[in-house]
Amino acid sequence: MAQGTKLGFYLLLTPLVLWLGLLIIIPHIDMALLSLRERVGVGEYATSLANYRGFFGEPIYMWTFLRTAMMSMLATVVTLIIAFPVSYYIAKIAKGRVQSVLFLLCLVPFWVSELVRTFGWMILLRETGLFSSLLQWTGLADGPVEMLYNDVAMMVGLVYTSMLFMVVPLVTMLESLDDAVIEAGYDLGGSGASVLREIVIPHAMPGIVSGSIVVFMLSLGNYLTPTMLGGKDSLWFTELIYSQFIVRFNWELGAAFGFMLLILSSLIVWVTLRLTGQTLEKTMGS
Amino acid sequence: MIPSIPRPRAVRLIYNAYVALFFFYLALPLAVVAVFAFNDSQFPSLPWEGFTWNWFFGDERPMIGVFHDRSILRSIGTSALVGVCVAGLSVAVGTANAFLFNRYQFRGRSVLYVLMLLPLVIPGIVLGISILVFSSTVANGLWDRVGYDAEILRPGLVLVVLGQFSFVTTITTLVISARLQKFDRTLEEAALNLGADRLTAIRTITLPYLAPALIGAGVVAFLMSFENFNTTLMLVGSDAPLTITMFDRLKEGSTPLLNAVSLLLMVGSSLLALVMIAFQRR
Amino acid sequence: MTPDLECQGLTKQFDETTAVRGVSFSVAPGSFFSILGPSGCGKTTIMRMIAGFLEPTDGDIRIKGKSMLNVAPNKRPVNMVFQHLALFPMMNVADNIGYGLRRKGLGKSEIARKVGEVLDRIGLPGIETRKPDELSGGQKQRVAIARCMVLEPDVLLLDEPLGALDLKLRERMKIELKSLQAEFDTTFVYITHDQSEALVMSDQIAVMNAGQFEQVGSARDLYYRPKTAFVAGFVGDSNRWRGTVERVDGNRIALRTADGMLIAGATQGAPLATGSAAEIFLRPEAVRVAQDAADLAHFDNRLRGEVSSLLFNGAASRILVRGESGPEIEVTLPQSGEFANLTKGAPVHIGWSGDQTACFAAGS
Repeated sequence: MAQGTKLGFYLLLTPLVLWLGLLIIIPHIDMALLSLRERVGVGEYATSLANYRGFFGEPIYMWTFLRTAMMSMLATVVTLIIAFPVSYYIAKIAKGRVQSVLFLLCLVPFWVSELVRTFGWMILLRETGLFSSLLQWTGLADGPVEMLYNDVAMMVGLVYTSMLFMVVPLVTMLESLDDAVIEAGYDLGGSGASVLREIVIPHAMPGIVSGSIVVFMLSLGNYLTPTMLGGKDSLWFTELIYSQFIVRFNWELGAAFGFMLLILSSLIVWVTLRLTGQTLEKTMGS
Repeated sequence: MIPSIPRPRAVRLIYNAYVALFFFYLALPLAVVAVFAFNDSQFPSLPWEGFTWNWFFGDERPMIGVFHDRSILRSIGTSALVGVCVAGLSVAVGTANAFLFNRYQFRGRSVLYVLMLLPLVIPGIVLGISILVFSSTVANGLWDRVGYDAEILRPGLVLVVLGQFSFVTTITTLVISARLQKFDRTLEEAALNLGADRLTAIRTITLPYLAPALIGAGVVAFLMSFENFNTTLMLVGSDAPLTITMFDRLKEGSTPLLNAVSLLLMVGSSLLALVMIAFQRR
Repeated sequence: MTPDLECQGLTKQFDETTAVRGVSFSVAPGSFFSILGPSGCGKTTIMRMIAGFLEPTDGDIRIKGKSMLNVAPNKRPVNMVFQHLALFPMMNVADNIGYGLRRKGLGKSEIARKVGEVLDRIGLPGIETRKPDELSGGQKQRVAIARCMVLEPDVLLLDEPLGALDLKLRERMKIELKSLQAEFDTTFVYITHDQSEALVMSDQIAVMNAGQFEQVGSARDLYYRPKTAFVAGFVGDSNRWRGTVERVDGNRIALRTADGMLIAGATQGAPLATGSAAEIFLRPEAVRVAQDAADLAHFDNRLRGEVSSLLFNGAASRILVRGESGPEIEVTLPQSGEFANLTKGAPVHIGWSGDQTACFAAGS
């Protein structure tokens, strides 16, 4: 029996180790090594920090990097602000059938490819798009209005794409808050604002953190939305990675870029977890 | 602000209006995509030129419908194949993981658990390039040492499947674990008590209990694979899955053909989602 | 003296059903008032209307003479101990208790002082920094009460707070709650479906059924002088028979059960007419047991039978007695121990006074 369970243990452990080892850990180590390689001649390489020097030395790279980080944070905050009242409505105000229907409606865009969602916004926002036609028809504009290819359009797209990942953890967390606890807050003299600040938000914190982390990650790593909706001069960091790998075929620099993106995302996730006193297991593992 | 706390009418109205506006925002792009699939025009935009089915069934230029567009049809097939492979692999590995974390206490368990969650916080594009880099290293190594050209390690469907599998497995593990945690282990003990051996007990009692989660995880994995873009973009070879084909078309300029494909995608995934919900309900 | 709490014609209608129907009562200052009723009788609805979480369809709620109808729940001078206590899980004990004080805008040091004081009064000094989930069931209970009492409300509402506790602790908390109420000298309004909780703690009890109060009175009144069949059946244990009234003489009646037994009884509430259908309630402890029929000569109901079951339960031991005809009768054994050796099948005589029964017109 004990031998049987031991065998079972190793049988179950093997796929996990293969998966994590061959597809996650070793590839990332390999990528890190590649980023530390400098081509010194035809087929000759040396270990150096040249790629990272290249990254820090070129203002456009740094600028894009920081811009991507800031915009992703902004997208996260905007998503949180928009999603919180809606999640609260679904979790605490809607009841019965309405509640489950609203929740399902939130999931619908997720079942549709990001490409389709982005395409939808293009149809709405572009020069010949719906909004432009609407503005002309109402007389608010005399000619076609281009609303695509700018930061606002990109932000709309980013927020739209990641909305679900904020709503679901928030609804789950808020639903687990007993109505009686909110009532107790009012009963003891609390107002809407103080109940929200002292009871609802602290309770929803794990949901807020996990939602924010996922949304931030999705925005940071997004390629499609910035490419399709963003302007020519609003480069996204993933576009740099793509162009180094696929267009310029400079894998060494591309790997360094990829590694920078990874460090940035890990750092921000870690700081967020630290600041809010959460752990990855608690926020993601549920 | 729950129904039992009295609120002024105005506040309630504004709140309801906000929520309605939110759902309008949510539905708008999808509705627009769907509607323009039927526009009898070369462009998915106003003016409305009349209703047509041509973007689905048309077989003459300039209006070749989805069902007559070879490359679209082929890429749908490719996506489906990739999706099935990813779903099968990730559900199998996810089930093993769920059992491992649920049934065994061992050293390094918590470290492995965090590692298991890691793919959730790695940007998809980074996952893609790291696998691309590693597989090329291996392929180049093989070529240099033994002179063997490992075709399957070059960008192509195998790498796409592996790339998607690498993060979808985290999701399936979590879904299956959640259900396994709710399983009452005395049921298994009862089966052992009634004369089943360990594997039979798992096969006849535990797995049927897990079935809704397995199917749910499979559907989610399939859909995630089908609509994945970032990881796929870095690993794709000559056979492009649907999202990549659509992306290339979209860059060239859009026709309502893309709306038609999108509408079919929406219908397809809604149906799958409904099937899954029906299974969870049982 | 103005009552602390007064409800007048309180009615609550939910879509189709009327949960509370024209209930009126008043609670004297400093008293312990319970509403006792089966689940679904509308008692929680009354409590939530008093707290302000439900709006009455009709009627008025006055606290210290002031109508509460258009007062928001956070502005009412009542506080509530919730069924599952609703302690804030994200705050420690001090922050839980200090929550209401912070809302009143008190200074930090004053809040700390008041929290310390109230923890002393509930006998849990020094637990300020603990989290609710580190407390035992009884401690949580006391913290939930302290959280309300620190605000010095006019009325404290308690919504079945003992329901979640295990039996032993529940027994202890009953006594503790009563002494806490005396300690704080505040009006308590307590709702429960557990009669022993209500009987032990309350000064006044309202028995509620199907949205209405059946009877309001002291525990003793309810037990010995039930006004309705529902109260007689709900409060305490009873032998209960149906029959037809054969004779009426003032409040004394004679009733014949379906299987032909003639019982002398007394009406407690409304008089009964000859020939009408009636129900009779008889407490097990009102029945005397004897070995010799002569000992029971002074009772107007006498019966010979044999012991069909022994229900040993320490001081509350009972037997079931079956007569020649008629149903089994539950009888409490005297605590003197003279019947300790009774065996199943033994012949016994039983008897009781018709004055100790309660008869009501049989409901539908």
